[in-house]
Amino acid sequence: MKGNEALAEAAIRAGCKCFFGYPITPQTELAAYMAKRMHKAGGVFLQAESEIAAINMVLGAASTGVRAMTSSSSPGLSLKSEGISYLAGSDVPAVIINVQRGGPGLGGIQPSQADYWQATKALGHGDFHLLVFAPDSVQEMVDMVIKAFDKADQYRMPAMILADGLLGQMMEPVSFPEINANAHDKSEWAANGHGNNRKHHIINSLYLKPDELEDSVTARFKRYEAVKENETDAELYLTEDCDILLCAFGATARVVKSAVNSAREIGIKAGLFRPKTLFPFPVKEINEASKNAKKLLSVEMSMGQMIDDIKLAINCSKPVEFYGRTGGVIPTPTEVLEQIKKVGGAE
Amino acid sequence: MTTEILLAGFGGQGVLFAGKILAYCGLMDDKKLSWLPSYGPEMRGGTANCSVCISDEPIGSPLVLTPDILIAMNQPSFDKFVTEVKPNGKVFYDSTLIENECTRNDIEIYAIPSSQLADDNELKGGSNIILLGKLIKESGIFSLETMKKAIEKVVPPSKAHLISNNFKAIEIGMNN
Repeated sequence: MKGNEALAEAAIRAGCKCFFGYPITPQTELAAYMAKRMHKAGGVFLQAESEIAAINMVLGAASTGVRAMTSSSSPGLSLKSEGISYLAGSDVPAVIINVQRGGPGLGGIQPSQADYWQATKALGHGDFHLLVFAPDSVQEMVDMVIKAFDKADQYRMPAMILADGLLGQMMEPVSFPEINANAHDKSEWAANGHGNNRKHHIINSLYLKPDELEDSVTARFKRYEAVKENETDAELYLTEDCDILLCAFGATARVVKSAVNSAREIGIKAGLFRPKTLFPFPVKEINEASKNAKKLLSVEMSMGQMIDDIKLAINCSKPVEFYGRTGGVIPTPTEVLEQIKKVGGAE
Repeated sequence: MTTEILLAGFGGQGVLFAGKILAYCGLMDDKKLSWLPSYGPEMRGGTANCSVCISDEPIGSPLVLTPDILIAMNQPSFDKFVTEVKPNGKVFYDSTLIENECTRNDIEIYAIPSSQLADDNELKGGSNIILLGKLIKESGIFSLETMKKAIEKVVPPSKAHLISNNFKAIEIGMNN
């Protein structure tokens, strides 16, 4: 199944009842699949007049407690950023998918990871975070969409799947787990019909009194602490004895894994740290993975963005080098192996 | 063992579709597989190529740069990728559209006039599948039975009447 279609099918199985989107390469198959399937699953598919309209429809639908989703690719995400900030400020859970392409501006239509900063640091104005998941295979996209809906509901915050054009376009075998679309109780806050049997609920992100706004933001950041404590996830591959620890997420991690295997074949002790959550960044896990390493090497499809979080996570205790390709160019295992040799291995 | 296959041609020649059949062959044989398209924004024309990996192990990078098997459907693709084929690799090309000026002798090159054969047999657009027939005959990577099963899976129900044409194209590829 194609990655984009798998994302859509997983969302439907996770109980997503409302999808609002606007077409953009390389994620269009996702919306096309939703258009075909959603009404049969008893939900709503709507192609909005713009990205901005789509994200605001998500805000409206999700405010009633229903599971809602939108998807786009890099330029579209920038347009959605206002609505995402409102979702976060209103404590409304939703799932947002970014199948990244090259940027800035309209950029290109080939895969990229240059929206790492946007996803983890600045998906809109104001003090807030999203849960950010970074799959590296079609199967993991399925698993993470399901988890994203679940965790978004649990913490009442939007969650993002940060994929890329390679994962969205590629086809791999995939299996769909039995899903218990476990109903989170939203009766405390959801703005849905109640026949005048309770006080009405207000979904709002406007607080004109500074003290009240500060309280609401502080309460939200308390939840983020719980998220950081409980929700980090990473894959550690051959890290136990590694001299050089490579760090990569998403599709790049697959390329890097091939390079790590080749490095091992020629006697270089390389390992791979692959964060599956980008917010919260797996701080404990990277420190565990790098405990014996002499150097770290971050490989990204960007000019170097995740490298900042790596340095922070290990308190700059070891040198962190960088190798990246950008603009839609995918690094090759051979290129990465050359970097491993150059940076660390041959001592 | 991993077999990396690269299919390349113009958009509209069925490069991605042929790749999809190979990927489904892998699925039928319980292998690990990946299928990755690469094409421009055009609906037809432009270049289209497609990476397919078939393996017993989980697949690392799904992008094929140095293929074990190349299927070339136009001259620019042949010229561009024939130099990248791994030593002892195999190349299959449509000799109706491509002139082979490759001087490598460390690879096996198979020519088949697949466009011409498709026209002669009233199999419009069947050139890609004829090449697949040639591929399974010369490489033995998949059985005929596996490929027939894959075609039945890949052809959408609305076009089920074209399945027999695809089977015929495979046969032509295997016998030429």
